[in-house]
Amino acid sequence: MLRFRMAFIDLSSGKVSVREVPRSWIKSFLGGRGIGSFLLYNLTGPETDPLSPDNVLIVSTGLLAGIPTASGRGQLTGKSPLTGLLGSANFGGHFAPELRFAGFDHLIVKGKAEKPVYIYVEDGTIEIRDASHLWGMDAIETQRAIKEDLGDYRVQSLVIGQAGENLVRFACVKAGVKSAGGRTGMGCLMGSKKLKAIVARGTMEIEPYDPEKLYELCMTLNENIRKTRFFKVMQAYGTMHIFSYTNTAGLVRAKNFQLNQMYPSDKIEAEAIAEYSIGHQGCYGCIIQCRHRYVVEVGGELIYDEGPEYTSQGAWGSMPYINDTKTILICNHLVNKYGLDTLETGNMIAWAIEIFEKGLIDESTTGGMKLRWGDPEVVVELIRKIAFREGFGDILAEGPRGAVEKLGPETKYYMMEIKGMSHLQTDDRAIPSFALGIAVATRGCDHLRSRPAIDLYGLPRDFLEKLFGGPVSSDYRSYEGKARMIWYMEREYAVVDSLGICKFYSHFLTPHGFYRDTFRPYKDFSDLIYYLTGIRIGESELELCGERIYTLERMYLVREGISRKDDYLPERWYKEPTPAGLPIARGRKIEREKFDEMLDQYYDLHGWDGNGVPKQETLEKLGLTEEGIKSLYEEAKAHG
Amino acid sequence: MARKVIVVYPERCTGCRLCEVVCSMYRHGYISPDRAGITIVDFTTHYVPIVCMHCESPPCMEVCPANAIYRDAKTGAVVINRDLCLGCRSCMMACPFGAITWSDRDGKVVKCDLCNGDPQCVKVCTRGALQYVPLDRAFLEKRVEAAKKLGELLKKYVMPSR
Repeated sequence: MLRFRMAFIDLSSGKVSVREVPRSWIKSFLGGRGIGSFLLYNLTGPETDPLSPDNVLIVSTGLLAGIPTASGRGQLTGKSPLTGLLGSANFGGHFAPELRFAGFDHLIVKGKAEKPVYIYVEDGTIEIRDASHLWGMDAIETQRAIKEDLGDYRVQSLVIGQAGENLVRFACVKAGVKSAGGRTGMGCLMGSKKLKAIVARGTMEIEPYDPEKLYELCMTLNENIRKTRFFKVMQAYGTMHIFSYTNTAGLVRAKNFQLNQMYPSDKIEAEAIAEYSIGHQGCYGCIIQCRHRYVVEVGGELIYDEGPEYTSQGAWGSMPYINDTKTILICNHLVNKYGLDTLETGNMIAWAIEIFEKGLIDESTTGGMKLRWGDPEVVVELIRKIAFREGFGDILAEGPRGAVEKLGPETKYYMMEIKGMSHLQTDDRAIPSFALGIAVATRGCDHLRSRPAIDLYGLPRDFLEKLFGGPVSSDYRSYEGKARMIWYMEREYAVVDSLGICKFYSHFLTPHGFYRDTFRPYKDFSDLIYYLTGIRIGESELELCGERIYTLERMYLVREGISRKDDYLPERWYKEPTPAGLPIARGRKIEREKFDEMLDQYYDLHGWDGNGVPKQETLEKLGLTEEGIKSLYEEAKAHG
Repeated sequence: MARKVIVVYPERCTGCRLCEVVCSMYRHGYISPDRAGITIVDFTTHYVPIVCMHCESPPCMEVCPANAIYRDAKTGAVVINRDLCLGCRSCMMACPFGAITWSDRDGKVVKCDLCNGDPQCVKVCTRGALQYVPLDRAFLEKRVEAAKKLGELLKKYVMPSR
């Protein structure tokens, strides 16, 4: 029978203590994001300074880590240095299963090392090792150096680049050349602990409870995906395929937030990178393998990298308004190397260019740099300046709220952020469901907490009603039933993230595909959990797990002072109608009253009050009362 | 029809290691990519699958002191009788590809046996980096690809008037 262990690692004292993960935790929060958020709720509070040794960095595997259905997703949780709220980042690659093969499911790192260190985990043992020789290296070099030092090509590392070392608020953690726990500044948190890397190598076996049935189901689910057209497109182009559609329709941000379409855009579309592509890269046990591998020549030197994704097309294409394939590839390489969140970096730069254009800042602030649209040199230079906190980059490195504070309240209107985190490069003024999703997301402005991309497909009403269990409009511009859609997806993604499965194995981009019965997503997960662990969590229980995880995250925010007032979009979304795009998306803005109605419906579905605070009866139903949480947390002690 | 073999196109491999995972599950009933009959060697910029080539003159078979390695009559695979295996690792030493792995659990070696004619790794390799084809068609795709290029050249230089 599979056993789950967690290790508490104190970098200040060097102490490590290992405990078993109680079954009750698994039944309530599954693993990955769920248990990460639960631990964070108990280990930190409003008094915790994100950059102090008291903050924790929690590295988790998903409950299903190791099985052959894209189960390579790991989770990083901590109090966010970017937002001061819930820090939570999910990453792909091969690290999470390797950590499980090494005998651990959660590493809870606190304290602060005196000099740079890395944590080495191998087959049930944990060591804190000197990393002075790695400090100062970029994220890609660091991983290579670790592999060479250890003489083992199969070690997997979570590392930070220079951005994390320099405490850039939105530094990410890299789990491969491309894989990253990108959002909420988990790299900054690692850097504050002087922790350069977490390295795992495991040869321990994962013993499923029912290996035959597990194998059969995994093969069926993989085959289900393989049969779809979605699979073919994703295999060839990855998420880059989305751009041609959204840009044509007028659903992307261009020139920060001034336009919702870029023209021309031929050089940043998915097809354009074919000439640089040398194939694809796949995360652990995934049948899709959506990531590009490419080689690009810069100044006579050949550079290898992986990606880019949909987000990078916006961050280095439409937002700074540069129609150039090489710029996307180079910028993608730079953020991978320095360990920066692509999305956050792209948003900060686009914002800087717009406020420069509007005359709110000038060359005296930017250190003599003229910021303008369509200039690759500006973008490349700013990325470097941010990573090393040089001059103007030092201001941008503070993230949305810190930078606005430094450059004046009049710049706030141009900053696309919610709860202190940047918005990605999509323009959702025509899509109320997307807009609601980012406004209420528990880690700040985030599309991956709920985005129901299938809303764009205009699926038949009866299909949507059957899937979401209530009235939902087929029109993506409608507000009808969209609160329900978001509520449904939030719970599904909470479960998917906690199981450590990729969202492409869910309802994210395809209404059918993975699941045996698309209307019963929890059935497959319930069976997978049972066959792997022997723990039976029924369909409705699993759905409740999603609700519990999401509500607990909300409680974390509420404890930090977040309420309804923080669940709104940036002002611009209500004021400026979209100027471009197809007629369906042109002239759209978010209507405040209807948005408010949507918020009410949304809180109601979750069982939260009108102010967005979970009701007592909801907490009781989910076992999240103060005593409930306390006694559940105490159970870890009983397991010694 | 000629017997079938696994052919490897390393340039198509994406490093997802689905092959390793399903191999270990199918073979042992537990998940352990390190004990699979196939290994993906990750060079960061490229990946190379290493799997038994089922050689015509298998060095592993020759060196096995227990005569535990034989050729399967049905599939033509070079197979280990694990009941006879001593765990001496001579075959691991002899294999020029390092394609034979080790299982600590029973102290015996692990190698590809073509899953009795239905190799699971090939089933899940959607990129076609692994293919299970009759021997006389091995690397036919490569030949066709090369021929396509030659054909283009022919059209361009040799038969310009047509």
